[in-house]
Amino acid sequence: MEPYEVFLQQLVTGLSNGMIIALIALGYTMVYGIIELINFAHGDVFMLGAFLALTLLGALGMEAWAPGWQLAGVVLMLVSSAAFCGSFNWSLDRLAYRPLRRASKLSLLVSAIGCSFICTNLGLFWGGAPMEVFAGGVAAAAPKDFPQLIPQYNLLGESAIRIVPADVAVLAVTLPLMIALVYLVKRTRLGRAMRAVAQDSTAAALMGIPVDRVIGTTFFIGGALGGFASVVYALYNNTIGFQMGYRAGMDAFTAAVLGGIGSLPGAVLGGLLIGCVRSMSDQYVELRWTNTIVFGILVLILIFRPSGLLGSTRREKV
Amino acid sequence: MTTAMLEVTDMHAAYGAIEVLRGVSLRVERGEIVALIGSNGAGKSTSLLSISQIITPRSGDVRFLGESLIGLRGDEVIARGLVQVPEGRRVFSRMSIDENLQLGAYLRKDISGIASDLRHVHELFPVLKERGGQLAGTLSGGEQQMLAIGRALMSRPTLLMMDEPSMGIAPLLVTRIFSAIRELNRGGLTVLLVEQNARGALGLSSRGYVLETGKVTIGGDAQDLLKDDRIRSAYLGE
Repeated sequence: MEPYEVFLQQLVTGLSNGMIIALIALGYTMVYGIIELINFAHGDVFMLGAFLALTLLGALGMEAWAPGWQLAGVVLMLVSSAAFCGSFNWSLDRLAYRPLRRASKLSLLVSAIGCSFICTNLGLFWGGAPMEVFAGGVAAAAPKDFPQLIPQYNLLGESAIRIVPADVAVLAVTLPLMIALVYLVKRTRLGRAMRAVAQDSTAAALMGIPVDRVIGTTFFIGGALGGFASVVYALYNNTIGFQMGYRAGMDAFTAAVLGGIGSLPGAVLGGLLIGCVRSMSDQYVELRWTNTIVFGILVLILIFRPSGLLGSTRREKV
Repeated sequence: MTTAMLEVTDMHAAYGAIEVLRGVSLRVERGEIVALIGSNGAGKSTSLLSISQIITPRSGDVRFLGESLIGLRGDEVIARGLVQVPEGRRVFSRMSIDENLQLGAYLRKDISGIASDLRHVHELFPVLKERGGQLAGTLSGGEQQMLAIGRALMSRPTLLMMDEPSMGIAPLLVTRIFSAIRELNRGGLTVLLVEQNARGALGLSSRGYVLETGKVTIGGDAQDLLKDDRIRSAYLGE
């Protein structure tokens, strides 16, 4: 491979992973925008979505399906994991965050960290499921292979640069969701209510906006985006594990902060940047330095530009 | 005795251990403008928030159109036609004027009614039409107050409660806003007006109440209150 081809290849990988990170980051940033909470459990809810997808895949025996049906299976997993993660995230808000609405932000944050631990352990427990796709229930903590349901041939034919159908699938899922989200927030009645609650929840209540329900819906949407992301992640990386929520969650959180927490375009930009920084660092620095570089960026942003790249006093929250 | 539009009986409210309202009783009849005056910290805003059920009163009763509001959610109170213009305007500054007005009609589904109310608000405050696409944060204080009133009108209130509409606003605009209140009242809107500007508020109202450290201490005809010695020295600076 020529040096420029190596660079382009890493760019493709970085952008694909970046879109997945961006989708998770949107869940962080929406929740932060509306109640100023870093929902630390968000990454773990994402992980549980991947576990649900693998469970469905195993229970229905999707690996043996004809390719056309496998595509339908992918859609089924996307919808199921989105519904599951959305509901799960909504329940977290209902059970662990809503009772603390009037408590200090610190109490809320501690509650979120607690939820994160609970979800991680739920994933550990789930990893021991006695199913063939979970390696028969032994070694619950071990990473699980996620079957390649999307073919691996190169769409560019003989070119040294590989763009595989999975790259296209990532884009085909993430981009429409982002567009739909922006439309929802900018143009719909619910979106207006979300922005109103984000700006001034008391004034929103005086308009008759049911504040708690709007916050719950925000958690659902953020969780659902994480659910979509989990299936795309699993199909793209072909490995899942109970700790993936922590890793992906930290990447996405860094992306949200880098872009400007609370800002939707910021989360997408931050996700793409973090994805590319990861892939470039893997190639040009060294694999084991990548986390150091990513979290170094997080620290530098927090010190020198805490409002992030697109964040400002006039940023659009939610 | 006929049923009052709004009847508040011995309402108590507290923030944690701090008792803010220690017996608020007042009534508002259909078609009236009633002033609730009092100094800073007397509990005027808390009274309105407790009537709206944004704050849950500790005890006492709030009856609107003959039915108790105690235990209702804020959106249920608004759906019944009891709407509040909050203290300090609290417009959504990073949203456009149009969007602010649309949020006022959040609970309504009657599209033609919403459109006709929007026309009415635009006639009352033309600046809200001219600058419709601009962010609400770019308006002056007085214009933001017009937006806050317009936004509340979009909920189609039967009783509008206004919390300090003259606060921090240029005198010329205060006149403009007070005359808009009078105009709305002539159109059939009942108003409960909370003000520190006692002279302006009582001048506009048929009756008034004085709130002192969480209790209604004086109530009566607005013209009589304007002549009352205690009120003249405490609130009118005479």
